[in-house]
Amino acid sequence: MSSTTVVKSPSQLLQKEMIGRNYDRITSGQSKVSSTFVPGNLNELLMCFDIANNLPEINAIQNAMRKKSGEMITNAERAGHSEDVCTYVKADIGMMAKGNIAPNGKPFPNPDMLLLSYTGCFTFLKWFELLREQYQCPTVMLHVPYAADGKPTQNMRDYIVKQLKEEVIPVMEKVSGIKFDIDRLREYLRKSAQAENDLVWMLEQSKHKPSPIDCYFGGVYYMGPIFTAFRGTDEAIDYYKMLRTEIEQRIALGLCTQTPEGDMPEEKYRLVVEGPPNWTSFRDFWQMFYEMGAVVVASSYTKVGGVYDYDNFRHDPAHPLESLADYCLGVYTNRNLPTRVGMLARNVKEYEADGLLINSIKSCNSFSAGQLVMMREVEKLTGKPGAFIETDLVDPRYFSAANVKNRLESYFQMIDQKRRAGGSVSAA
Amino acid sequence: MSLKSVHQIIDDCQAIFNDNSFSKARQWKDAVPGRKVIGYMPVYMPRELIHAAGMLPLGILGGGADMEVIHGDAYYQSYLCRIPRSTIELAITGKLDFVDGMVFPSICDVIRNLSGIWQLLFKDKYVRYFDLPQNFDDQIGGVFYVNELREFKQGLEKLAGREISDEHLHQSIALYNENRAWVNKVYDYRAATPWKAPAAEVYLLMRAGMVLPVEEHTDLLKSYLAAAEAENRPLRDNCRIVLIGTFCEQPPLNLLKSLEMAGCYIVDDDCMLVTRWLQQAVPTNGDPLDNLTKAFLHHSAETAAKYEVDLAVKGKYMLESIQKRQADGVIFAAPSFCDPALLDQPMMVDRLKERGIPYITMQYAENSGQMQPIREQAGTFADSIKLWSAS
Repeated sequence: MSSTTVVKSPSQLLQKEMIGRNYDRITSGQSKVSSTFVPGNLNELLMCFDIANNLPEINAIQNAMRKKSGEMITNAERAGHSEDVCTYVKADIGMMAKGNIAPNGKPFPNPDMLLLSYTGCFTFLKWFELLREQYQCPTVMLHVPYAADGKPTQNMRDYIVKQLKEEVIPVMEKVSGIKFDIDRLREYLRKSAQAENDLVWMLEQSKHKPSPIDCYFGGVYYMGPIFTAFRGTDEAIDYYKMLRTEIEQRIALGLCTQTPEGDMPEEKYRLVVEGPPNWTSFRDFWQMFYEMGAVVVASSYTKVGGVYDYDNFRHDPAHPLESLADYCLGVYTNRNLPTRVGMLARNVKEYEADGLLINSIKSCNSFSAGQLVMMREVEKLTGKPGAFIETDLVDPRYFSAANVKNRLESYFQMIDQKRRAGGSVSAA
Repeated sequence: MSLKSVHQIIDDCQAIFNDNSFSKARQWKDAVPGRKVIGYMPVYMPRELIHAAGMLPLGILGGGADMEVIHGDAYYQSYLCRIPRSTIELAITGKLDFVDGMVFPSICDVIRNLSGIWQLLFKDKYVRYFDLPQNFDDQIGGVFYVNELREFKQGLEKLAGREISDEHLHQSIALYNENRAWVNKVYDYRAATPWKAPAAEVYLLMRAGMVLPVEEHTDLLKSYLAAAEAENRPLRDNCRIVLIGTFCEQPPLNLLKSLEMAGCYIVDDDCMLVTRWLQQAVPTNGDPLDNLTKAFLHHSAETAAKYEVDLAVKGKYMLESIQKRQADGVIFAAPSFCDPALLDQPMMVDRLKERGIPYITMQYAENSGQMQPIREQAGTFADSIKLWSAS
């Protein structure tokens, strides 16, 4: 079992405080609230209308980490939702049935609008259709086409911009009573780009040996502000500056990554991880890694909201709506499988990882469908071994600690064998 | 017009259905050098474009109940539906080796990602993910879609080595208009006299349309209607149900037979919606791509994979079907792990509850073998309707 004492850096504490502050704003009744999704979210645009950003995936994660999601999911299943479908959706619906209490203990208000940003995940469409049944509030769809040939086309970009101009923005104006000001959006995007520069710098520091950070378990915390309600704010800029200073200090001191139990004493394995983490046993899951000296040097999950470190995307105040369109189009799960394979293989090579580990999530088809082929393709491209484990997002019934641990141990033995055969150099 | 009996017609359709090597499509291709075949998956595909390019659109609907999946399980985890694993099985065992290209319409993340697997594994083939708009405004979703159609057309032209003229497209649209009209006549006929057109027969007829050239399929539909009318079949004391959820991975044929044997005439369904996706004849003059676009935006079927902009209209297609077909109830039969069908189902159920319309839910996989529980569930449902329904 995990130790009860948790070591947290100042940036982690700040991140926690920021997320808490957003919940206080949402539940205050002082702001209009829009529910929307993490991938390709339009936080800067919502800020132009003083609309608070409530993200149901984050609520489900919060409930899972507090061990509350299991009961919510079974309640939703009792109400007629299939065992087979996304557990984020069922945790959200189960939470509504239990009074819709936010992590700060206060009830969520009904949203003033649902911004159905249909980006990289089919389930989003059904999820907000289900919520619309309950809330009967204005619902606006932003359909982001799939970048099926690896790169977005002008037709896709134009389609998104047109939806923003003619459908999304008018609904936001109506809900908020605030007229759209493109210069306000430009200013937020300028701030976004500033924070994004430090974010990318941070992601690239795991190229160091030992890596000063973990880009999966630790990455979840580092991603918090940029992928939730803070992109475009001064707070996000300050947060990433603080994080940068912390990482610079760790590099200067030659420290391995930080874990909930302090600094990892020795880095033995460097991994790239594909797929979201399990949230119900997040700490135990992480512990399996750091107890074996494994650090995640890059992960696809740190790209779930948007991709900055692959093709140098930054929000561009000179082309505000086009820039939002490109952000949505570039979301990791909105890219085709060959591109995802290319990104993972590049990560394995550039971060000098020992291989690719896939955490395949039962209820996330967007990530999971095709991962077995992806693993083999990355192995072919890198010559490094891959491994496959299976868990779920927020359903505790699908986390089998013994199975996951066995597979990880076998994988590390495989890496050791490869090293002995000269296939992969020692990490640190 | 063929003078074949119903049994002869259905035997031919059954042979096409059983043939996972798609011999009919291979024969069509081999008959003239240079011919090409384009596979497509559910739910909707503008087959008119493929036809106008001189190619055969081939509906790929998985491997069915009897195909043993050996390799496919190495490509897909157990918690994903069966259609992608049996489709990949078809491909890697060479059953699709004659297919020159595959098109994957937007329906769900699994089929979307299957397009990527095709890109990775079959690099010499034409592969296209075909995005359908979820915005139905002419100037927004319409402009996007017409450009997607144009890109698709250009891809087909490159593959065919020739231009697709407007005239060719108009001719193809006319042929598919005629086909849709006859498909609808078969559906109307079944709804009016379900004892004369059993669900399994109608299903096999429509499946044949996934493989045969459209002209041949239209003739087959005409022949069937004439032959079925000539057949003397007994009317049973069955209830009338609409079957919903079968729009992608297909139910085993035995499931359809079991429902009817258990006392449920299927008077409407959402199997192979591509055959009747467009609800009105597409104009055969003017800009053909504009015409196909407008038909998609304003006159297409509703299904779980399509966003319904208006909350008040959600479920209208199902409710109209119940009314038009004079159905007593609904059977929701969804493939296991099918996100669109299973996530949509609670919303559809609510609309039935509000109106006091009976329903049951069940799940299947294309290779489900045990039909006894299905028969018992459907039989109880049929009995309850007959005993307790106000009608």
